Amino acid sequence: MLKKSLFKRPKNELETYDSKHTKTASPTVPDEMCSICPSCHATLFTSDLSDNHHVCPKCGHHFRVNARQRISMTADDGTFSEMDADLQSENLIGFPHYDGKLKNARLESAEKEAVVCGTCEIDGFPCALFVMEPYFMVGSMGTVVGEKITRLFEYAAKEGLPVVGFTVSGGARMQEGILSLMQMAKTSGAVKRHSDEGLLYITVLTDPTTGGVTASFAMEGDVIIAEPGALVGFAGPRVIEQTIRQKLPAGFQRAEFLQDKGFVDAVVSRLEQKRYLAKLLSLHAKEAE
Amino acid sequence: MEAIERVKAARAKGRPTGTDFIHKIFTDFTELHGDRRYGDDKAVVSGIARLIDMPVTVIALERGHDTTDKIKRNFGCAHPEGYRKALRQMKLAEKFHRPVVCFIDTSGAYCGKSAEERGQGEAIAENLMEMMTLKTPIISILIGEGGSGGALGLAVADEVWMLENAVYSVISPEGCASILWKDPSKSAEAAECLKLTAGDLLSLRVIERVFKEPGEDFTELYETIRTELYSTIQKNKALPTEQLLDHRYHRFRRIGWDGR
Repeated sequence: MLKKSLFKRPKNELETYDSKHTKTASPTVPDEMCSICPSCHATLFTSDLSDNHHVCPKCGHHFRVNARQRISMTADDGTFSEMDADLQSENLIGFPHYDGKLKNARLESAEKEAVVCGTCEIDGFPCALFVMEPYFMVGSMGTVVGEKITRLFEYAAKEGLPVVGFTVSGGARMQEGILSLMQMAKTSGAVKRHSDEGLLYITVLTDPTTGGVTASFAMEGDVIIAEPGALVGFAGPRVIEQTIRQKLPAGFQRAEFLQDKGFVDAVVSRLEQKRYLAKLLSLHAKEAE
Repeated sequence: MEAIERVKAARAKGRPTGTDFIHKIFTDFTELHGDRRYGDDKAVVSGIARLIDMPVTVIALERGHDTTDKIKRNFGCAHPEGYRKALRQMKLAEKFHRPVVCFIDTSGAYCGKSAEERGQGEAIAENLMEMMTLKTPIISILIGEGGSGGALGLAVADEVWMLENAVYSVISPEGCASILWKDPSKSAEAAECLKLTAGDLLSLRVIERVFKEPGEDFTELYETIRTELYSTIQKNKALPTEQLLDHRYHRFRRIGWDGR
């Protein structure tokens, strides 16, 4: 059963968005009440889907969720306390259309930037938490994302807290030019300093995690877990196909593939993630002095 | 000169490559191969050499000279084992208190199937972390193209220098143009927008120094770099390790955040 569903993983939702929506949309079904699973095509009540952490109850497909939904699925009720919520990007190098893009991203995601940071408890274990926002320029990393992540790790290092981070990103944000590339080094430095304090960092890779985020803090966790079917890679599949002039095999760069190649510790369903994270946090808990 | 002209100059045929810089600036170069994990990536040339009288570790991304050489070097696009080979050399440098000098010239880390299978992202990420706390001075010099994460994987340093016609960018102008305007031929406009020239990067405080290029004959330039490397490394060697690493951390920590 499980095996069967693994082979049915859809492609990256971004790539197949148009075709699947034109094919399956039915004019008689109110959008807000029903969703159609892009993997098994089952028609699902939206309320059932959200009760099931946005995982298809029929085939286990993981729907994309925003940062706030993830926080509510992960943090104990009422424990999340946000940090640096007001930091906003500016058009630092005068890149064309960037101001407009930022404005749209803020509207679409209802967030000020592509990552939400703070502290919380997971089954009573305190930790620092960052969650990237897929609806803000596909979670791309510019200077504000870099600064927020860096501040979070610095804070966690100072307070002796473990860090749990959910990644979703198209990579470094082109519109901030070289300054976004530099965030890879900056965040990696902060992760290293946190690590050198003997503190735990767990990353949860979600669909899609690519480019400069993969090549920095996403792959720097002490423990790296991934959501089933998540696309995780340095180069995107289209770029690779253009480079090697070949089609990539099914499942390439998916979470299960990464585990098979030794780059992911475990593929963990969203329904199990909170329990899994709590268990890891408890196994790393410092003994009371 | 327009940005796209710099991009063309950085990629120009006949421009000196990484190994040219190694052989012209240092003596006693002893090449050391392999990452001890998977293989020997020939896009990365590494070893020990003498800078005037000081043993140093040198690492270069090498795009190759003639066609055969270029194919052997994968056109300067390293696989994960290339970054791991570089890291092995850096760890040896740390152990023997040798400073590290990196020469960067790549259109980017290799974007192929094999590279993904062996963890391109993980390899670069690990270099970024480890270089940040490597307990020995590091200087990185961009001598041609500095393509994104593949360049940064060797450019977490105490100082980053650039040649006048080198470029350093988060994405190639062609890649940027095809995303922005769905038209890779608009690379000239994209190059301008990306702020990728040495002059731009100096004013954005991403690099410390730009070296003027004396035309086709680099002899004088090699001498200048040799002298400057020597004096900067001497200065950094004299610093207590904690101070050196703190400086390196804050060098990157403030980028894009000055005065905000």
